[in-house]
Amino acid sequence: MVPADLRFTKDHEWVRVAGDEATIGITDYAAAQLGDIVFVELPPAGRSIDQFATFGVVESVKAVSDLFAPLSGEVLEANAALTAEPELVNAEPYAAGWMLRIRIGDRGQLDDLLDADAYTKLTAEG
Amino acid sequence: MPYGPHTEADRAKMLAALGIDAVDELFSDIPAALRATGLRLPAPEPELELSARLAALAGRNRTDLAAFLGAGVYRHWTPAAVDQILLRGEWYTAYTPYQPEVSQGTLQSIYEYESLIAELTGLDVVSASHYDGAAATAEAALMACRQTRRKRVLVSHAVHPHYRQTLATYFEAGLEFDEVPVVPDGDAAGTVDLAALERLLADPERPVAGVLAAQPNFYGLLEPMAQIGELAHAAGALFVAVVEPVSLAVLAPPGAYGADIAAGEGQPLGIAPQYGGPYLGLLACTEALVRQIPGRLVGMTTDLDGKRAYVMTLRAREQDIRRDRAASNICTNQALLALAASVYLATIGPHGLRDVAALGAVRAAELEAALAAVGAPRLHPGPYLNEFAVRVPDARAVHRRLLGLGVLGGLVLADIEPDDPALADALLVCATEVTTAEEISRFAAALEDAIGRSPVGADARSGSDGRGAGLRTTPAGVGRR
Amino acid sequence: MGVVGEKLQPTLFERSRPGRGEGKIPHPPADALDRIPASARRATPPALPELNEPEVVRHYVNLSQLNFAIDTGFYPLGSCTMKFNPKLNEWAARLPGFASLHPLSPDEVAQGTLELLWRLEQALAEIGGMQAVTLQPAAGAQGELTGILMIRAYHRSRGDTERLDVLVPDSSHGTNPATATMAGFRTVTIPSAADGGVDVDAFRAALGPRTAAVMITNPSTLGLFEKRIGELLDAVHEAGALAYMDGANLNAIMGRFKPGEAGFDVMHFNVHKTFSTPHGGGGPGAGPVGVGEKLLPFLPSPRVLREGDGTFRLERPGERPESIGRMRSFVGNTGVLVRAYAYICAHGGSGLEQVSEDAVLAANYLKRRVGEAYEIPYDRACKHEFVASAAGMKKRTGVRTLDIAKRLIDYGFHPPTIYFPLIVEEGMLIEPTETESVETLDAFADALIAIAAEAETDPGLVTGAPHTAPVRRLDEATAARQPNLRWRPMTGRQMPCPD
Repeated sequence: MVPADLRFTKDHEWVRVAGDEATIGITDYAAAQLGDIVFVELPPAGRSIDQFATFGVVESVKAVSDLFAPLSGEVLEANAALTAEPELVNAEPYAAGWMLRIRIGDRGQLDDLLDADAYTKLTAEG
Repeated sequence: MPYGPHTEADRAKMLAALGIDAVDELFSDIPAALRATGLRLPAPEPELELSARLAALAGRNRTDLAAFLGAGVYRHWTPAAVDQILLRGEWYTAYTPYQPEVSQGTLQSIYEYESLIAELTGLDVVSASHYDGAAATAEAALMACRQTRRKRVLVSHAVHPHYRQTLATYFEAGLEFDEVPVVPDGDAAGTVDLAALERLLADPERPVAGVLAAQPNFYGLLEPMAQIGELAHAAGALFVAVVEPVSLAVLAPPGAYGADIAAGEGQPLGIAPQYGGPYLGLLACTEALVRQIPGRLVGMTTDLDGKRAYVMTLRAREQDIRRDRAASNICTNQALLALAASVYLATIGPHGLRDVAALGAVRAAELEAALAAVGAPRLHPGPYLNEFAVRVPDARAVHRRLLGLGVLGGLVLADIEPDDPALADALLVCATEVTTAEEISRFAAALEDAIGRSPVGADARSGSDGRGAGLRTTPAGVGRR
Repeated sequence: MGVVGEKLQPTLFERSRPGRGEGKIPHPPADALDRIPASARRATPPALPELNEPEVVRHYVNLSQLNFAIDTGFYPLGSCTMKFNPKLNEWAARLPGFASLHPLSPDEVAQGTLELLWRLEQALAEIGGMQAVTLQPAAGAQGELTGILMIRAYHRSRGDTERLDVLVPDSSHGTNPATATMAGFRTVTIPSAADGGVDVDAFRAALGPRTAAVMITNPSTLGLFEKRIGELLDAVHEAGALAYMDGANLNAIMGRFKPGEAGFDVMHFNVHKTFSTPHGGGGPGAGPVGVGEKLLPFLPSPRVLREGDGTFRLERPGERPESIGRMRSFVGNTGVLVRAYAYICAHGGSGLEQVSEDAVLAANYLKRRVGEAYEIPYDRACKHEFVASAAGMKKRTGVRTLDIAKRLIDYGFHPPTIYFPLIVEEGMLIEPTETESVETLDAFADALIAIAAEAETDPGLVTGAPHTAPVRRLDEATAARQPNLRWRPMTGRQMPCPD
């Protein structure tokens, strides 16, 4: 089950909005597809990210995958815990495995994202 | 066909299973217009005849010379054990250890290689993947650019010219480099010009990703590595040390003087000169740069039962996974050469390696004295380990005459650096633990003879002046004995 | 009884005992290094292991026996051409005249090697249908970089600086796009056509004034000959771009397709594949590059030249100003090239043609046999290798290609290349080579068929494999998350030493 309060990209990133800020991560589905995640490369605080453009990279043992921003904005914090424990992305993708906190640039962009139902449907199609 | 197993019956069986009459049918997808009609090459050569012809070709190379040629590739004594181990088919007929369960031998040997080179360089991350010293140096420069996100490196003019030329080729695609000149004269002649380095680092428009300097440098001289590193770091650049591994038994390791990356030629560690390769590109870096180092890395881990085992790791940096975003296109690991280096180091041990380096220094000091005595003083006054340049009038002609006298008198520096006036009329010579007193005498006698017959030779000898620094007496304790 | 040895070894460092292994090198006088300034000296000796020679030999012989190798068994690693490595070649490369020759020796000292290199260049040019060959690149990947840098120089020499794209099919080796990036180009990936071949129409659509080069592997990484290669090459040249051929799969087509004559402008040869030089656990290789007329001026330097009087020499620095320069130190991996030359001479033209015929016949025969139990996604005549898939088996039984690969180890075989090319689901790329007997091919097919049956009846047997190797499957996730890349005494406490 994907959390109902999140929005999603077709590339399997999620975003949780709280006021002017948003938290970004990848979905349980994406983490499972990648397998054991061993490295996450994230932008530093202060960097701008653009909706649907790559903002980082996630590596599993034998695969590498781009991370796409669900929203534009300015990075407030990257999850430092992932440096030492990238496996948090596998274990708790919607909680301790979060990746970025950003200041939202354009709330209107939320309309371009999938809701939980639409995302569930997308992943069910495989 | 010499190595094929198939009898006509075998071929017939396979064709029958495929329901075809001739193997040509399997090639019918090659468009008729593009089909080739065979190879215009000689007939097969039976092994009996081929082996004789190959031996004859090898015999046409002259290996009877008293050789003082180094310049990046060094003659060393190699324990017989090294080649005996290398000749085992389990090593040389295996491939990249993609299946770790049946490749623990190669994997452990690479892990041990990484550990041995880490000890020698004082840097914790070592890749076994590089072709030679030149390619490893170019990769080190690229690492510096990726890490700092800057596009320009500074390379000492006293880094091996082939390495600088290779770097130029690798940098053709949008990166820049400038050469740091060497000090023209005085006590520091031939080493990095620190004032010039400081000026080159100071350009705010063109920030520097890395500074590259060699220890010993191409002329055999010892560089002020710690000072070069400090200047580099002060400008936010990384410091790349280009090193020779045998010397690391006695010289400060790159990790101790602040180098972020070490690159170099591993050939001296038990690998034959073979007219250019295959060699072993040494590449090591600090842990902070582990994500930037290209090529295969092997790590220790455990299997499902908790047993110690080894595996290629951090694979997702590599070309087969990351494709156009890989750190490098490198696919090779020079495993067999890394094995040679490891067996060499394991067999001679730390004391043996120190003795090899120290004996080279002793022989070189003897060589210096012998050459100076016949009118070939050193070109630079500074300290060296086992290689140095000497001033010889009409060096190219003298070098040729020496060959006729059975001596390979080092390298004519103008042949490799034709545009550097400071190197005109100079030979770069080296000695190692295999250099004998008899060879040194032969060289000196032949040189005396060759210079004597040179049109300018007489002048050069009688007027052995002007370059007094080059004629310094040999320090006590390392003279002839 | 395992397919490889069982004696795991402690590290060299754990075997070390202070004081062992002295006596091979005479001791220099105590003051030997006094003239080296203290600031340049090492403060403490490196902590290298101290061992005596018998221990070193036993260590490495036992380690070697943990390896699977061509000399010990069938190694059908697709795309890698694991053919027999002739012993004559090892002998030849070690002849003192070849092995001890310094690379900066004057030409007159090196005539034997220079002649060999020159003759090898001629032979490779004939095999590739190319005008000239450089032997300098140290490996196939460096050959690719050499070729792409020459293409860059070619366009520049014509004032054509807008060409920034390199097109590669999605089935290509990872080195192709990685090379394009290194050479400052942008990779444009073109999807394959349904028949596994290059999609000529998609290529046509992507070709244009921004295209610098197209990189094609032919036969492809699926082991299929590109039937529409002529059309594709015409389109590339019409667009003003050049065509690079990745020669990884040359073993299938010697004497039947010469890339240069067909219109490729440049190609590399993987001598460790086609010409039997040893893979060495991953290296060394050598990656000679052949070029047609257009790229001739840009070849790296130095080249080997034959003079009018029949002697040979190396090009001098600066002799050919349009050259892209130097790819590495010295002339090339000569020791590897001696082996390749010996291989080519031993076979001659007719023998090399037979090599390709037998490699292709063996692959097709094995494909037929493996097809008894596995899907063959592209079921037409293959060249020297083919792809089988376990996608159906995975759906039915949960057994994956990785499991089949591991189970093959228990049957005494090295697994094929798996999950490459990336475009085949649960793919296995199988390349038997021409030096394996029909009996071996049959035994391998029988093993794969038996494993397919096990997957249905006892999948745990397959997913738990290998059962007979010295170690079981490895914890690769921890290896990558907390890399342990060098020995430290601490390591021994964390991961106990084998008995």
